[in-house]
Amino acid sequence: MRNIIGRAAVPFLVCAVLLLARPGMAEAIEIQRVVSPGGIEAWLVEDHKNPIITLSANFEGGAAADPDGKEGLATLTASVLDEGAGPYDSDAFRRKLEDLVIGLAFSAGRDSFGASLQTLTENVDTAFDLLRLSMTEPRFDTEPVERIRSQIVAGLKRSENRPQSIASRVWWQAAFPDHPYGRPSGGTVQSIGTITTADLKAFAERVLTRSGLKISVVGDITPERLGNLLDKTFGALPESGVSTPPVPAKPAAIGETFVVQNPVPQSVVIFGHRGIPRDDPDRFAAAILMEVMAGGFGSRLTEEIREKRGLTYGIYAYTLPLDEAQMVMGGVSTRNDKVAVTVGLVRAIWAEMALNGPTEEEVRDAKTYINGSFPMRLTSSMPIAGLLVSLQRNERPIDYLDHRVERIDSVTMADLKRVAKRLFLADELSFVVVGQPKGLTPTAPAPEPRS
Amino acid sequence: MVSSMAIPRRMILALMALSVLMIGGRAEAKLYEPESIVLANGMQVVAITDHRAPVVTHMVWYRVGGADEAPGETGLAHFLEHLLFKGTEKVPSGQFSRTVSRNGGEGNAFTGYDYTAFFQTIASDKLPLMMEMEADRMVNLTLDPDEVAAERQVVLEERRSRIDNSPGALLAERTNAAFFLNYPYRHPLIGWAHEIEALTRENALAFYRKWYAPNNAVLVVAGDITMAELKPLAEKYYGIIPARAVPDRNRPLEPEQISARRVEFAHPQVGQVSWSRRYLAPSRFYGESSLVMPLNVLEEVIGGGATSRLYKSLVIEQKIALSAGASYSGDSIGPGSFSFYAVPAEGTTVADLEAAFEAELAAILRDGVDANEVARAVKSMKASAVYARDSVTAPAQAVGHALAIGRTIEDIESWPEQVAAVTRDQVVQAARAILGTPAHVTSILRPKPAS
Repeated sequence: MRNIIGRAAVPFLVCAVLLLARPGMAEAIEIQRVVSPGGIEAWLVEDHKNPIITLSANFEGGAAADPDGKEGLATLTASVLDEGAGPYDSDAFRRKLEDLVIGLAFSAGRDSFGASLQTLTENVDTAFDLLRLSMTEPRFDTEPVERIRSQIVAGLKRSENRPQSIASRVWWQAAFPDHPYGRPSGGTVQSIGTITTADLKAFAERVLTRSGLKISVVGDITPERLGNLLDKTFGALPESGVSTPPVPAKPAAIGETFVVQNPVPQSVVIFGHRGIPRDDPDRFAAAILMEVMAGGFGSRLTEEIREKRGLTYGIYAYTLPLDEAQMVMGGVSTRNDKVAVTVGLVRAIWAEMALNGPTEEEVRDAKTYINGSFPMRLTSSMPIAGLLVSLQRNERPIDYLDHRVERIDSVTMADLKRVAKRLFLADELSFVVVGQPKGLTPTAPAPEPRS
Repeated sequence: MVSSMAIPRRMILALMALSVLMIGGRAEAKLYEPESIVLANGMQVVAITDHRAPVVTHMVWYRVGGADEAPGETGLAHFLEHLLFKGTEKVPSGQFSRTVSRNGGEGNAFTGYDYTAFFQTIASDKLPLMMEMEADRMVNLTLDPDEVAAERQVVLEERRSRIDNSPGALLAERTNAAFFLNYPYRHPLIGWAHEIEALTRENALAFYRKWYAPNNAVLVVAGDITMAELKPLAEKYYGIIPARAVPDRNRPLEPEQISARRVEFAHPQVGQVSWSRRYLAPSRFYGESSLVMPLNVLEEVIGGGATSRLYKSLVIEQKIALSAGASYSGDSIGPGSFSFYAVPAEGTTVADLEAAFEAELAAILRDGVDANEVARAVKSMKASAVYARDSVTAPAQAVGHALAIGRTIEDIESWPEQVAAVTRDQVVQAARAILGTPAHVTSILRPKPAS
């Protein structure tokens, strides 16, 4: 990985071509591995069409690593890192961003922490310097910290009685009562209040390091220039911080139905169970099966529950590969007197798929969709940058995308029938219903919010 | 900033406000450079070329929307939009969406007060198929009564999801009805529940035959396409549909608004008080349209971000609000609006917050705004326009919206010049003309203890 040619300022490059182009169509895009003179690696898609440069970076350690009682630390840190750094107080820092139309933001995921930057080419040096300052010299001044803290608290209060928020909190808390995944990753009114400036500093020192750092860049920049900027921007970060050992998580609630009474005309339902790991060889079969099950119009859930019966405006399901737990999750909203029938249908559709698998026609359509729709993810810089970061996070080789079509195409009907039994576990589905559902019997009391 | 958006607000505005598009590039080159022709049957055809990925976005915009419904038929334009997926002789119900995804594409539709639009994003070699199907359903819709009945339930579920389950949305709907005394924007786009229940297959077909015609539509194709390629396809698929008489959009006008209004709503689901005020304002096609560009700049200066005047004064300096901002929307056929919102700080009453807002507003109207702040806003608004080019769908959306309400390509393309020409005096004059009147409604959302 650390391929450095002597001490030359020219970064070492490895190129891989994405086979997106068909003859006579638009040109392919190319991913280059750029390693800076100082040894920092980034994946680059060079594109000089617009004078825009977009960066996405990912650090190890997210909300799941927040200390007990300090839930929301990752979220609060993400929101104050761009509120003043180095010589600039909050007003000066934000003024600079706004005047130069630089987009700089941090975000906290469950398992990782992200930074994103978007700038016009003419301001690239300033933009990268502001990113550097925010990572290495954040000020955490009292005024912005208190201001942002109260904004987050207001946001939590605003959403705490929403059926969607309640359903999500209850589902995760029931599934992971003893694991960080069961805690509210954005924090609670109380926990946000306990976070100190020292906590923020400690978080930045622990997470904003070069260990596990993944960077991708898209746009109007050459590998040479990027290499130099990488050193200036990320070179000052410490090599590694204090890492938190991963804690494997296993869902505790299996096959349960929880009901939270709430005076709304439409019940909000969240459901899910364990999934398959992100490195599992069956993941391509799983992608096809999820498309057949929940790929919007024409998929089984939408066809049976919305189109044929008019029970909902939207039903969805997706795989959620967290670092320590892989989940299959879904949700639906329906009027209170239709919840019982809708929940029954979801279970029945799940069971049918496990029993018989998909049809040949469904598989053909799903494969064409998955392969054919991929280029749509490449029509804007930020999604491209995000895709390249997630490939790196999942430790995929740089030419991974070159073979994605054949990986999907080579999945057989036998694979799909077998994997359907692994992926759709009707008896394990746990439902959380928030509303006033009629004729639905809970199997266990819903967990109360943590105090 | 609490918002975890990677793109600063100005860029978002540039992408969304559609008026805020165009131009930029290295040397003030035109940004979208849309090419436009009109077919013999009166259908406008626009190509926006961008070869980044072998993908196109294909959109058909009809110049009809929720504000064109007859009294008692609220929600009809949106209901018809749903029903357009319910089949023709050639493409039976459900097959439209299925064909799009089977070919690796994604599609949907949306309804506004002034337009209804249908779109697909798909590999560019599938464009002819999309055009064939979209042209077919422009005139050949057949509706099965059972399907209409099921879809009515879907729309009622959509209303419950979007509105009835959300106190904030319920209040916004009621505020809207108080804000416009007579203009049809006062009706909810999705429709009042009792009127949705009464919508029939015959209502929908009558609306369809009245408004859906090539001479009342705009075709926009963006991405991997040139006008030379698009024109023969447009002639082949859409050009063969005969033009027919479409009524003028004669809408009732607002009377003079002589009294301010207040709408308050308390609900147990609300966890956080919020306040907003909305002033009636001119738009591109309603009232004093020369004020539109100055109002766009005014929005930036007084409410466009963390360094804007309202945020600085109410949030940072006086600490009376947790957040505060402004937004102007003037890209419509009917009246526009200039809105303010704020969330009171802990321990501050809504009355105190409102008084502080009024004092700030009075100061703006009395002393005007700072010339430097106007120059700063103009400069960054112009710069932000470059980002609007970094997408295939956003330009199609922006150009389609503008043309559907009656703007011209020249007008759209001259946006940077229009922004650059705005002076401080114009901004102050616009503020005084719009914000110094009783043509406004104040809206307050409060928590209500559960009984």
